[in-house]
Amino acid sequence: MERDDLIEYSLDAHHSEEHGKELRKKIWKVTLLLTVITAIEVALGAYIKQSSGMWIYVKWTFIALTVLKAGYIIMVFMHLGDERPWMRNVILLPYAGFILYLIFIALTEALAVGDAWSGVGL
Amino acid sequence: MAANTAELDFKTLWGGKESPFQTSYGKLMMWFFLVSDALTFSGLLVAYGFVRHNTQESWPIGEETFNSLPFLGHGYPLIYVALMTFILIVSSVTMVLAVEAGHRMDKKGVIQWMLATIIGGFFFLASQVWEWSHFIHGSQFGRIELMDGSEANVSGHFGELKNFTVLEGGTHHKKGDVITSDLMHTFQHAAKEGHIHEGGIIHLHDGSIAQVNKEHDHHLELIIKLINPDSKRNIGDKIEGKEAEKLYYASLYSGTPKVTYGAPWFEDGEHWLPTKNEYGPQQYAHFFFFITGFHGFHVFSGVLINILIFIGVIKGTYHKRGHYEMVEKTGLYWHFVDLVWVFVFTFFYLV
Repeated sequence: MERDDLIEYSLDAHHSEEHGKELRKKIWKVTLLLTVITAIEVALGAYIKQSSGMWIYVKWTFIALTVLKAGYIIMVFMHLGDERPWMRNVILLPYAGFILYLIFIALTEALAVGDAWSGVGL
Repeated sequence: MAANTAELDFKTLWGGKESPFQTSYGKLMMWFFLVSDALTFSGLLVAYGFVRHNTQESWPIGEETFNSLPFLGHGYPLIYVALMTFILIVSSVTMVLAVEAGHRMDKKGVIQWMLATIIGGFFFLASQVWEWSHFIHGSQFGRIELMDGSEANVSGHFGELKNFTVLEGGTHHKKGDVITSDLMHTFQHAAKEGHIHEGGIIHLHDGSIAQVNKEHDHHLELIIKLINPDSKRNIGDKIEGKEAEKLYYASLYSGTPKVTYGAPWFEDGEHWLPTKNEYGPQQYAHFFFFITGFHGFHVFSGVLINILIFIGVIKGTYHKRGHYEMVEKTGLYWHFVDLVWVFVFTFFYLV
């Protein structure tokens, strides 16, 4: 029995053969990109020592590349890029706001605790 | 007032028919679940960051700690975990291809790509089993406390144990016996308790004393990880060759417990050993095993859910329904597992 008071959004996701071909091309492109990024990360990690002066830049490069990879996974693989803008915002914004604050407050506190410990000679 | 309400139509007021997000209930709920799960993982990783930032001890270095490959030994920094990451990325790709096939109602395509995803999931889990057992057992040299009180991680090629020749009999072994089984385990157990002495004399559990016959070590290197305030060494100092060998065996033969292997859980099956770990501070091991374990549990449940959906695909349940949204939903979960791994990879293995 068809009900006309419900919208079956699940059916909206269908697409044609040609469109599918395009999508697959995009998927393989992103795959290549993620693989290359991972390879760069491993090469940097293996060849640049943590004791070197370069390490601080390498560390931030890692974090930037990680966020980039995460962005591609969320937006392309998880199709969040294709959803309504407000659905995207409802999912990403509260999460990002909360986590950025948590990272800030936890690491600030951690450094203070570390200082306190080294002060008492532990 | 009445005139005002009459002007409002469906475009302005939500009448309960059209969803603001234009997405199905199930998919939206999957997203909400993923956000909450992401909060859990973020909490764990931030807690790890907290501990790492306030620790005074030197933290394990990724490329030194994760440098082994099955069958090939040491000297391959980050290669194994890169392989694990690649496996997970590829299985994520096969999943997104299954979702794409579902959008074209291509049942055969969905079956093919989901099967590949499930196989990829099993490969990842198996890789993690190897990695865990590798870290629980530790390296053949272990972490050594040198005679001046500083501690060092040891890398290199451990000379093969040939046999133990019994010099003095005990309750089990007789003089002249040649022991050839369980050598490494016996050796490490004795080393941990300080029961190996000058010249490779080992005191066994049954009271017998034996000579260790062992091939020569190669490329021995000590990396100082912890210093005694009185010692002249610095954290990160490297000692190689003959000098390294001399220092290592001087400690090993000192008659007191100086060496730690792997990430011990229980000693003698009853005593909790919370203080020592070959790879660095004990908190490091706690977080490593908990977070990779929690992630591994997600991979495991993801594989199970994928198998359930896979059965549904083969039976044609979703084809009859007219859409493959179930594949899309399990796909979301599977991609999320990959997403978490991207962060675990960075914060445990790289940074």
